[in-house]
Amino acid sequence: MAVSTPPRAPAPLAAHHLTKRFGQRVALSDVSLDVRVGERLAVIGPNGAGKTTLLAILAGVLAADEGSVSRETRALGWVPQQPAVYSKLSVAENLRLFARLERVADPEAAVGRMLEQTGLRERADDELGRLSGGNRQRVNIAIGLLADPPVLLLDEPSSALDPRQRERLWELIEGQASAGTSIVFSTHIVGEAERYGDRVLVLADGELVFTGTPEDLHAQEPAAARDFEAAFVAFLRARGH
Amino acid sequence: MRWLLVKDVQILRRSPLLVSLLVLYPVAIALLIGLALSRGPERPRVAFLNQVPPGQSTISLGNENINAAKYASQLFQSIQPVRVRSRQEAIDAVNSGRALAALIIPSDITRKLSSGLEPGEVEVVYNGDAVKQSFVESTISSKLADANAALADKLKQVGLQDVDLLLNGGTFDLFGRSVPILGLRATRTIIAAELARLKPGSPERGALGRVDRFARLAVNNLDLSKQALATISQPVTVKRTLLHGRRTPLDAFAVAVAVTVSLMFVCVLLGAGMLALEREENAFARLVRGLVSRESLLAEKVCLSGGCAFAASLLMLVGIGAFVGLNWGRFGLWVAALAVGALAFAALGVAIGALAREVRAASLLGLLLTLPLAFLALVPSGAVAVGVYDAIRVISALFPFKPALQALDAALNDTRPGVGISLLHLAGLAVAFGTIARLSLRRFA
Repeated sequence: MAVSTPPRAPAPLAAHHLTKRFGQRVALSDVSLDVRVGERLAVIGPNGAGKTTLLAILAGVLAADEGSVSRETRALGWVPQQPAVYSKLSVAENLRLFARLERVADPEAAVGRMLEQTGLRERADDELGRLSGGNRQRVNIAIGLLADPPVLLLDEPSSALDPRQRERLWELIEGQASAGTSIVFSTHIVGEAERYGDRVLVLADGELVFTGTPEDLHAQEPAAARDFEAAFVAFLRARGH
Repeated sequence: MRWLLVKDVQILRRSPLLVSLLVLYPVAIALLIGLALSRGPERPRVAFLNQVPPGQSTISLGNENINAAKYASQLFQSIQPVRVRSRQEAIDAVNSGRALAALIIPSDITRKLSSGLEPGEVEVVYNGDAVKQSFVESTISSKLADANAALADKLKQVGLQDVDLLLNGGTFDLFGRSVPILGLRATRTIIAAELARLKPGSPERGALGRVDRFARLAVNNLDLSKQALATISQPVTVKRTLLHGRRTPLDAFAVAVAVTVSLMFVCVLLGAGMLALEREENAFARLVRGLVSRESLLAEKVCLSGGCAFAASLLMLVGIGAFVGLNWGRFGLWVAALAVGALAFAALGVAIGALAREVRAASLLGLLLTLPLAFLALVPSGAVAVGVYDAIRVISALFPFKPALQALDAALNDTRPGVGISLLHLAGLAVAFGTIARLSLRRFA
């Protein structure tokens, strides 16, 4: 009896041979990737590795010099590293503005849904400028999720947050992933990649040096068996980075 | 674009200090410029010492008496006299700053002028900085020139009376006695009668004939000397011819300057600031990745800043119109000039915002660029060297202030060049600055 395997869902986001230069400096060199449905892909690497450049190209904010990206721009939610929100507007006004600009069918319903998901209903009328960094970042992520995109790109979403705010942030992201949204996030906190990433993509000096699960990366450096961060550093050092 | 406009209005509404500054600052600057252009300077304080003894202020010229006090009162219309009693007190007043200058009339001035042989001399003592000194010097020089001209006129009249007396005869007062003067014409008549009585070939006839010819020559030439005297008293007269349109009254031109300055500041600062804010809030990249095109974003900022500036300057113009006589029949042209001017200034504003990329830098660049350009555009021809003025004209034509001022001046005062040419110029500048802004957005995110 022939066993039929279910057809693999098409990758909602794929990039092929991406290269980006800023003047003489090569920020990204021949990087390819694909993101599966509901997958959480962590992009890690030292400072200047090209993480932000890669996410900006995937989001359609930057154009690659070479290579291509298969995606529909509006099907991607993008959360930049710095909160891209208006400090003088309230939480609800920020969400309403971007819901209208995203041409969401029912902007008020989307705003209400996001206020619930972010736990900011009671702060809905507060100006963004008066919120903590963590809450601003929650609004930043909520804006990325307003149009209910199949893929969410997050550029170092937890940087500058304290551990408690970070925990609440990842609860929000995890909830989104469990609902089927593919998540691509960059981070310089290696432990987050191990904990929240189904797959890890390691960039160094603009080059893609590893793709696989956190366990696979761990296995590359058995000497640092009990410490993922030590394994990551040893992995980079072994390859001259 | 509609939702971005709503968002920007919400942001402005929550920044009352910024809005107040944006509106009040240009209005205050505009009104100050307007006042400076429309009002004459205050009369300078001048220490005045008259050393002519009382009762000796009359200058006697022949049969004419001229009261010098009359010319002093004319001078006092242009200065604030500070009466002093001695030359030292006059100098002290200038040194202490109580007066900008001192004018000293010496005691012998009426005697010298009455003699008709030597000019009178007055002393002026100056102090203070170059600007004040230049101002008071020109005021006093101008008024003394007026007094000189008036005295010259009087002297001319006295001279004409004397010539008339020589020609036609009459009486002349000398030391209280009335002396009869025969006159050249009567002299000729007497000589002609004597010549007629003499026999032909008489030896006296030759001598009398020479006297008769001299008298005739003198009568004819002294007639001409009256015209010569009139020319000397006023050698140059001014005939005024206006080449372009009708003359703009200074107060109406000041209104055009004040409103244009206001329009420029609100447009440029608001346009530059609000565009730079999109980057400062990190929202630009999020907006232009499919939500709003870069062109729409620029158009929205132009509409916002241009609309606010248009409304503010139109209100200002209507308010000023309540106090200054403006031609309300040209209201449609006012609106056109302000609207197209606002468009060009707003395009300049977004270009500055796109280049500067930060709100503070954009505001600073806006001020640094527009203020000197406004002053350059107000430099009149002839005030600087020809080459420099040509350079100023080229620079002024590359920015919207000069054509906006010309458009508004033409709309208010019907001056040349007409409104149409200036509006076309402004439209061209709007396209040019819009293009610069669009190109600058390439490296904006």
